[in-house]
Amino acid sequence: MSDHLLEISGMHKSFGGLKVIDDVSFDVRRSSRTALIGPNGAGKTTIFNLLTGVYEIDAGTISVDGEDITDVPAQDRVTVGMSRSFQNIRLMPHLSTVENVMLGQHARARNLGNLMFPLGMMPRNNWRTAAEEALERAGVGTYPGEVVANLPYGVQKRIEVVRAMVSEPKLLLLDEPAAGLNKTETNQLQALLENVSDQGVTILVVEHDMQFVRDLCDHIVVLNFGRKIFEGTPEEVHQDPAVLEAYLGTDDDTAEAADVS
Amino acid sequence: MSGYMEAQLIILCLSIIYAYGIFLPAASGQLNLGAAGFITLGAYASAWFNAGTGAELPMWLSIMLAMVFTGVIAFAISFPILRTRGVYMVLATFAFAEVVSGIAINLEFVGGASGFPVDDHADVTVIVPVTILVILFSFYFMSTRLGLALRSIHDDESVATLFGVNVRTAKVVAFTVGAMLMSLGGSLYGHHYNYIEAQTFNVLLSIYILLYVLMGGTQTAWGPLIGAAFFAIVPETLREIAESAGLKWLAEGRFMMFGAFIVLLMVFRPEGVMTRTLQNRLGSGLFRQKKVVSDDAGGGS
Repeated sequence: MSDHLLEISGMHKSFGGLKVIDDVSFDVRRSSRTALIGPNGAGKTTIFNLLTGVYEIDAGTISVDGEDITDVPAQDRVTVGMSRSFQNIRLMPHLSTVENVMLGQHARARNLGNLMFPLGMMPRNNWRTAAEEALERAGVGTYPGEVVANLPYGVQKRIEVVRAMVSEPKLLLLDEPAAGLNKTETNQLQALLENVSDQGVTILVVEHDMQFVRDLCDHIVVLNFGRKIFEGTPEEVHQDPAVLEAYLGTDDDTAEAADVS
Repeated sequence: MSGYMEAQLIILCLSIIYAYGIFLPAASGQLNLGAAGFITLGAYASAWFNAGTGAELPMWLSIMLAMVFTGVIAFAISFPILRTRGVYMVLATFAFAEVVSGIAINLEFVGGASGFPVDDHADVTVIVPVTILVILFSFYFMSTRLGLALRSIHDDESVATLFGVNVRTAKVVAFTVGAMLMSLGGSLYGHHYNYIEAQTFNVLLSIYILLYVLMGGTQTAWGPLIGAAFFAIVPETLREIAESAGLKWLAEGRFMMFGAFIVLLMVFRPEGVMTRTLQNRLGSGLFRQKKVVSDDAGGGS
């Protein structure tokens, strides 16, 4: 068994003449918490879309757990052990909280018997109970009788993580999970993710909140204009001149900003 | 029951069956204006199996064979049709219904333009139980994991795909099963009135059925029931009230009023009369005691 859960090598993607991802290669260690950071437009979300099969890759290979999934269609990638949340919340607005979570179970219930099982008519069945327990473990209520569209933003963000978790992934991809959350909600989210990580799930997270990244992650990959410019630990990333130049900003910048204000 | 009431009940039942046939695909976001086509297929196929083949099959078997026949055709055409969406799917299904109608009018062995007499008779004791079965089946269907997948596809197709839903298959199943229900309704129509002609199943019928479903609401299985009941009962009741009260202007102007009402409905209930939220609110009203308990148990975060 390889030490790497996710291996990306020579990934290329262009939209028209624009090279969005240009020869990106990196590996994600098993059970690690890896962050993918970089300025807006660097290609972070594109990489997520390539990993989950929303877009087709132009060149290169992706493998999960030693299995090459480059040509696996999007609807089957979740069964390989990969699940994600989205930058803008993409829960199903007309479904209840529990129903949204039960959608996350779909990949594990694709045989005819499970597809034709009347989830909605049986108030107590294994799938529903499992969904409710997953919500409870994450500290989210089940909010009976409400569609998710009416719930607070921070709660919806966590429901997205729970929905991704119930597909029982080996690799959890989180696209800006802390964006738009206040301090309390960010802390709740971090506790939830640490709990997920302790269960052995590997986390790959795109995030702009560097405090959150430092607290959560043990490995960082930095992208700029579709190219990987750095890979290393959170301590190293703050020393790297290229990263400071492209994304984090230098002390000079801070000084200038202070002057202006 | 008076003959008049019975006639109204039959119309109501058939409307409900048709409406569920359009509702199942509509729950996953498909706009199907081809109801008349599937109803024509069901009516003609069942009538022909029943009397036209020389084998003289019993009515129930003819109806079921017609459903299979319509299902096979719906399955075959669903692949090109489901490549379209939104208003283009409306056009594609409408075109399909016109083609079916055109073929039925020109097939001499089912009577051509002069219509086709149907042998066996289905009275109210057949149609009402079948309608109840269709309603129960639709509630069951929407409560399954497949139903959950269809509702997810309606909300966000690409996210549903990422969670492992086979979007194409789910849509094809909904389209085909819906077509079979409409075929069932069409067969019952033929066997009840014992005479069919293709011109009866025109685009106006398709529009009405789609309206039942959209006005009733596509989010819950209550929607088509409410929509069909409302459309089938209200104009007729208005007419009766107007005539018994001697209000000529109401009897003549009721469709205008009805039209205005539909416009208001679209303004104030764009997602249909019965939405998921309304269903929950009504449900918690009925089971208030229970709701409070479950809120305490699960509401804290």
